[in-house]
Amino acid sequence: MNRRVAARGRGVGSVLGAILIVGYALLPVLWVLSLSFKQGDDINNHAFWPTAWTLENYRTVFKTPLFTSALRNSIGISLIATVLSIALATFAAYAIARLKFRGKKLVLAMALAIAMFPVVSLVGPLFNIWRSIGLYDTWPGLIIPYMSFTLPLSIWVLSAFFREIPWELEQAAQMDGATPWQAFRKVIVPLAAPGVFTAAILTFFFAWNDFVFGISLTSTDGARPVPAALAFFTGASQFQQPAAAISAAAVVVTVPVVVLVLLFQRKIVAGLTSGAVKG
Amino acid sequence: MAPMTTTLRRWYGRPRPATARARAVPVTDRALHERRLGWELTAPAFVVMLLVTAYPMLNAVWLSLFSYRITDPAGREFVGLRNYAVVLTDALWWRDVWTTVLITVVTVAVELVIGMAFAMVMNRIVFGRRWVRTSILIPYGIVTVVSAFAWRYAFSLDTGFVNGWFGLGDLAWFSHHGTSLFAICMSEIWKTTPFMSLLLLAGLAQVPEELQEAARMDGATWRQRLFRVTLPNMKGAIMVAVLFRTLDAYRVFDSVFVMTNGAQETETVSFLAYRQMIGRTALGLGSAVSVLLFLSVVFIAAAFIKAFKVDLSQARGER
Repeated sequence: MNRRVAARGRGVGSVLGAILIVGYALLPVLWVLSLSFKQGDDINNHAFWPTAWTLENYRTVFKTPLFTSALRNSIGISLIATVLSIALATFAAYAIARLKFRGKKLVLAMALAIAMFPVVSLVGPLFNIWRSIGLYDTWPGLIIPYMSFTLPLSIWVLSAFFREIPWELEQAAQMDGATPWQAFRKVIVPLAAPGVFTAAILTFFFAWNDFVFGISLTSTDGARPVPAALAFFTGASQFQQPAAAISAAAVVVTVPVVVLVLLFQRKIVAGLTSGAVKG
Repeated sequence: MAPMTTTLRRWYGRPRPATARARAVPVTDRALHERRLGWELTAPAFVVMLLVTAYPMLNAVWLSLFSYRITDPAGREFVGLRNYAVVLTDALWWRDVWTTVLITVVTVAVELVIGMAFAMVMNRIVFGRRWVRTSILIPYGIVTVVSAFAWRYAFSLDTGFVNGWFGLGDLAWFSHHGTSLFAICMSEIWKTTPFMSLLLLAGLAQVPEELQEAARMDGATWRQRLFRVTLPNMKGAIMVAVLFRTLDAYRVFDSVFVMTNGAQETETVSFLAYRQMIGRTALGLGSAVSVLLFLSVVFIAAAFIKAFKVDLSQARGER
């Protein structure tokens, strides 16, 4: 009887805990959402919700070139960096997981080192180098650093997934006369696709989130991504409160994150903790 | 990071009969082909990783030996280690180090406690599991700058609701040192606790249920089970999560930039490096700060691995 009471107590406790977690995760998001619908005096009403809802702030940000060009830059740069990083990581992870060659440890050690690297240490030298070779304030100028800093994560996630693949199939294909390259392309790539997808989502999050490179290596609308643009945003006129407009812009850049999380929750958790279950 | 470390263990721990055989017999065409393919497949990733980290870092070491401002290229002059002397004898550097250490210690400690609590809840719940995990991933995925703005507007005097909710009158959060740091820590903690808790959840799932059951049979209280059974059994996962979060927290930049812009003595080491190089374009001095920042991260990592004997082969999760 004692145990049943304890079990019921645990049930109530975990439901309360669950509500607490959801509240914790969503409160600041709801706050930005609410602020983005406020206008006029509501912005300073010191209350959580607006008294009158408006879409005016969204109209403002989509009419502001600073934001629309930044949105275009962010989408383009993040997608290209993700595709390139995943392509390179797939090759490397396959080799690390499957082939025997010297230098494997070196690649893994370097990936570990880069994951711990203080990004800001690099912006000065990169700023200098990029300026001298013409990459400053361009898309490739951001795509290249995003690739370097997402490769370690992608390589680990992918090699973890690659270990789960039934490799007998590859051997079977090689028995049937396929070269290692053909076996990789025709047999393994389709099987590895879910892992590749997971790594791609995590890589996209990184590129989408970046701020340090975004403000240091750009100077105009030509390449500046949204997080950097948000920091420069001042509202439609200098007399207008930028808070609500910035919130609207913030909501817009949060939409892709929420969509990806809603669709691929299971994959993201698996990617973040991959290797943990098998040990 | 999880996959990597599991990979590391596999490589180091795996017996290698194949290598022994390869040494006995002459290298076959097939082995040669495999080796070459291995290099060809890893080379592009290797080069890209090296190009944007190792070369600029060496460049920073080189630049740090000069007195050099972009606005005055003609005045460039070799000064040896004088830039380091300037930085290390400046009170500003030590104040920024202190601020950074304070933010790091506070956020990681709080994240560890909240993250552990969240992990235990997520480990238990049956109903709504999907919704809880989905919502906890939103702070993880959200842009740090957005999080910083959300908390800034929540605390700020003109737009904020926090003072109203907690009856704090017109407390100007961003006009004082302590309250500014508090707001920055809130933003950082909110954004990164989900990551911590997912790593801890993975570690928690590995604690054998039989151990818990046995402890319960022996009449252990909840607290005893937590501190004597659960935590010791997931020590590896905890240590690795703390190590990677510490290194990440030490680089704090985005929140400081958005919330205070370094005002009220909230400047961190990363922010100082950025301000010297990009703001003041003092590449020599800024590079010295960058190199010192890099060295302190290396020092923290080494100290952690040495002091807590963090077994990286136990690592779970990533940054």
